[in-house]
Amino acid sequence: MIRLSMLDRKLVRDLARLWAQSLAVALVMACGVMTLILAMGATRALEDTRAAFYDRTRFGDVFATATRAPESLKAEIAAIDGVSAVETRIANPVIIEITGMAEPATGMLISIPDHGEPAVNRLYLRSGRLPEPGRTDEAAIIEAFAEAHGFRPGDSFDVLINGRKRHLSITGITLSPEYVYAIGPGDFVPDQKRFGVIHMHRTVLEGAYDMKGAFNSVSLTLARNADRKDVMARLDTILKPHGGTGAYDRTDHMSDAFLDTELTQLRAMAQVIPPIFLFISAFLVNMILSRLIALEREQIGLLKAVGYSNAAIAWHYSKLTLLISLVGVVIGAIAGTYLGQGMAALYGEFYSFPFLVFSQKPDLYVISMLVTFASALAGAANAITGAVRLPPAVAMRPPAPTGYHSIFSGTSEGFRLPFSQLTIMALRHLVRWPMRTALTTLGTALPVALLITSLFALDSIDHMIDTVWFRADRQDATLTFTAQASEDAIRDVSRLPGVLAAEPFRAEAATLRNGHRSRIVQIVGSDPDTDISRVLDQDFGAIKLPPAGLLLSERLAEHLDLAPGDQVEVELSDGQGRRVPVPLVGLTNSYVGLTANMSREALDRLSGQGVRISGARVIVDESRIGELYDAVKQTPAIASVALQGVSRKRFQEVIEENIGISITIYVSLAVIITFGVIYNSARIQLSERARELASLRVFGFTNAEVSKVLLTELGVMVVLAQPLGWLIGRGFSELVAKGFESDLFRIPLIINPPTYAVSSLVVLGGALVSALIVRRRIDRLDLIRVLKTRD
Amino acid sequence: MRSDPPTSTLPIFAVSGLTKVYRTGDVEVRALNGVDLALEAGEMAVMLGPSGSGKSTLLNIVGGLDRPTEGSVKFKGMELSGASDRQLTAYRRDHVGFVFQFYNLIPSLTAWENVALITEVAAKPMAPGDALALVGLESRMNHFPAQLSGGEQQRVAIARAIAKRPDVLLCDEPTGALDSATGIIVLEALARVNEETGATTAIITHNAGIRKIAHRVFTFLDGRIASSEINETRVKPSEVTW
Repeated sequence: MIRLSMLDRKLVRDLARLWAQSLAVALVMACGVMTLILAMGATRALEDTRAAFYDRTRFGDVFATATRAPESLKAEIAAIDGVSAVETRIANPVIIEITGMAEPATGMLISIPDHGEPAVNRLYLRSGRLPEPGRTDEAAIIEAFAEAHGFRPGDSFDVLINGRKRHLSITGITLSPEYVYAIGPGDFVPDQKRFGVIHMHRTVLEGAYDMKGAFNSVSLTLARNADRKDVMARLDTILKPHGGTGAYDRTDHMSDAFLDTELTQLRAMAQVIPPIFLFISAFLVNMILSRLIALEREQIGLLKAVGYSNAAIAWHYSKLTLLISLVGVVIGAIAGTYLGQGMAALYGEFYSFPFLVFSQKPDLYVISMLVTFASALAGAANAITGAVRLPPAVAMRPPAPTGYHSIFSGTSEGFRLPFSQLTIMALRHLVRWPMRTALTTLGTALPVALLITSLFALDSIDHMIDTVWFRADRQDATLTFTAQASEDAIRDVSRLPGVLAAEPFRAEAATLRNGHRSRIVQIVGSDPDTDISRVLDQDFGAIKLPPAGLLLSERLAEHLDLAPGDQVEVELSDGQGRRVPVPLVGLTNSYVGLTANMSREALDRLSGQGVRISGARVIVDESRIGELYDAVKQTPAIASVALQGVSRKRFQEVIEENIGISITIYVSLAVIITFGVIYNSARIQLSERARELASLRVFGFTNAEVSKVLLTELGVMVVLAQPLGWLIGRGFSELVAKGFESDLFRIPLIINPPTYAVSSLVVLGGALVSALIVRRRIDRLDLIRVLKTRD
Repeated sequence: MRSDPPTSTLPIFAVSGLTKVYRTGDVEVRALNGVDLALEAGEMAVMLGPSGSGKSTLLNIVGGLDRPTEGSVKFKGMELSGASDRQLTAYRRDHVGFVFQFYNLIPSLTAWENVALITEVAAKPMAPGDALALVGLESRMNHFPAQLSGGEQQRVAIARAIAKRPDVLLCDEPTGALDSATGIIVLEALARVNEETGATTAIITHNAGIRKIAHRVFTFLDGRIASSEINETRVKPSEVTW
């Protein structure tokens, strides 16, 4: 049997006595440990899995597309300094027809070499086999799409390839590094049912698209020390005469960029949230230990008097701190591991990796434990130093009475503030310990801030949905033609069943330059009085497109260092290499992508190729939408269709589900912090003032009146914490919104008043419950005992 | 000094057969064992006796802080032994003034405010300044407890106790923490208050010297009143020897 030293017995009994307060602190620590393990574990899981998967499948470093480039260029590209492998291929959007699904699905049809594996972007075969050479009706499809439709090798579906319907039989189910996060045209989140990736042999697609000896897509891997920018510039030079639309690297690769965004989020979570919890728990440890040491002042004096060293006393209180922290670490580690597995499962739904393992390496737990111990000891340091410094003779005498300042009253005879003596007691106590009051207020403000930071996403996304789908892109569907067509095509579109209105658009890839700065973007030309899809100014008002000049989204203008009135050099990616100066006439508001707009007529003039349209945006009679879907599936000239209404619904669904989970987590975290701070604060107050409060009871004050002293004090801090929490929350939200900002999308910072209100109400509710738990102790004050003892 | 207690028809307190038993685990302590006692209005009584003889227990029950195990306590005819918490709180608030050995002042309130704390909720209080003047502290009203000497603090406690014009003033070892010179000043304040407000005053003390200032002296032993005597000639507190 282990024999505990007498000091350790005291430790165990102290801990047993302080269990409720210790648990409240341990829970706050547990939240820190949990979020640390969760965020770091998930970050590692995603990073490691991504690295391993990319490595295994040789995911490209640089990508580019062209209209039609001769295969002979492949050798030229391979010869660029720094390129280690090149894969050319044919990749085109297609419309997929699935029996039993009304709306058409879209897909990317991508070629794979007839023999052997691709040098870049290899496929990971989940089941079945790749198509056999020479078979024109065989295809492999990506797993997410297969699973959404219950496809297995041997099943088949129809696809519109270059205007001809083909019946394809599925030979294998694959994963592709290019489509870990597979997102269809016009979509904001993956819709596995409506977007598929199909791989077929090169010869088959050469035949289907009349691309013999040519390619329209190229991916490269680079040598370790390659100059990426240089490679991209050279690749652009080679592809330009063949309709090259500009090389881009992984950062701008849709799938990888989304993964990066998720990682940014996780890293931000690991960096911001655990420190908040650890800071609060350090403060709580300080509060509890300071009080415990004040109460045990005479015991400490006695221990020193009988010969215990300062080190023994410091270690005694450190052990208490470490034991509380250990409880927090254990609870946090269990919760973090459990939630981490849940998070990995959630990622499994969104990201198509062959495996995704939530990292549970011991070092993660060791780091969490050390960080927690260190912050707790830092919080305890001040109190423990106080105990060590106390000379034994002084310690055994009662402490000097606490002095107060005569504020909140006025003069005894003259003017008096309208506070009762009970209120004055509460207020003076707050002012007497300004640091503690400030930290408790801050500790209560942080959960408010945390809630605002998690809830603001709802407001921002509502605003985004409103802006994107109800103010800007108000069409029900966007039809993109296989090739640019004459203006007459819009009449054909208008005649499609169910179409109520149709607006043409022209899209041209172009390089925009300003001095040494340049960007490759799509310039979208629309009619000046366009009403279905509108361009918004910075106040979200619709802009009438000016007859000449370019409108750029704010972020794009920033990238190019342009202001309205400046000239932009525009070079269309039509292989002609003409550079035309175009005035920047205004800035637009866009949350998605880098956008450039101009009037269709101006774009037609710029191209010098007459009036051409790339597709149409349509408003559809909802009751006839099925007929439109059928027609689209039968129309060879339509290459792809983006369904804005369906995208919006899917987006809302996914967001609601995800935000629902995260809000539950954040509300729980906020309530735990509030409880930790307020409960402990109230317990300490009660302990310090037990004698005072019991005296009040003796003098005939009721329980309710006596509680008022305690509740006033807490109330003042909790109320002060609200505006402070709003401010901090706004600051945090701004950081989060900034952190999310990328060229692909940005989140506006919108915080509606109800968000502030709800955040405050949750914390006020938590504070009230914590205070009432402590309030019950006032009813049990021992009136007689306190009268016989001195402070 | 006047030696006769003020007379009235009904005693302020009528205590009969009062017994208090404390149980902790298997141990049973009989703190009071059948005490009978009557205190007259305006009377000053001193209760003497060794530690554990039951005097504080009696004071707590009479002051409405504790309930007896058996027996009856009547305040002006009202039975206290069966009163609810709420009734006892109201009783203490309206009728009783307490003075304790360790003063029990609120450290965050000045002398004046400590008194005002009570007058704010009392039915017909005196002005806090008047109560402090009665104990000779009119010049120290804006001082906090930490800025006052022990004797001054105890006088603030007395001012606080009497400011509500209580029917009874219960003092548990009011001079226990004070030196003799200061103790005398405090006793003088108590005697003056008793004289001027007519509050029935009960003082518990270990100090037999104080007995001489009382109208009546009760001596406690083992939970009973061993003797009760009337002082034929009371002395002024300043003449008390410690």
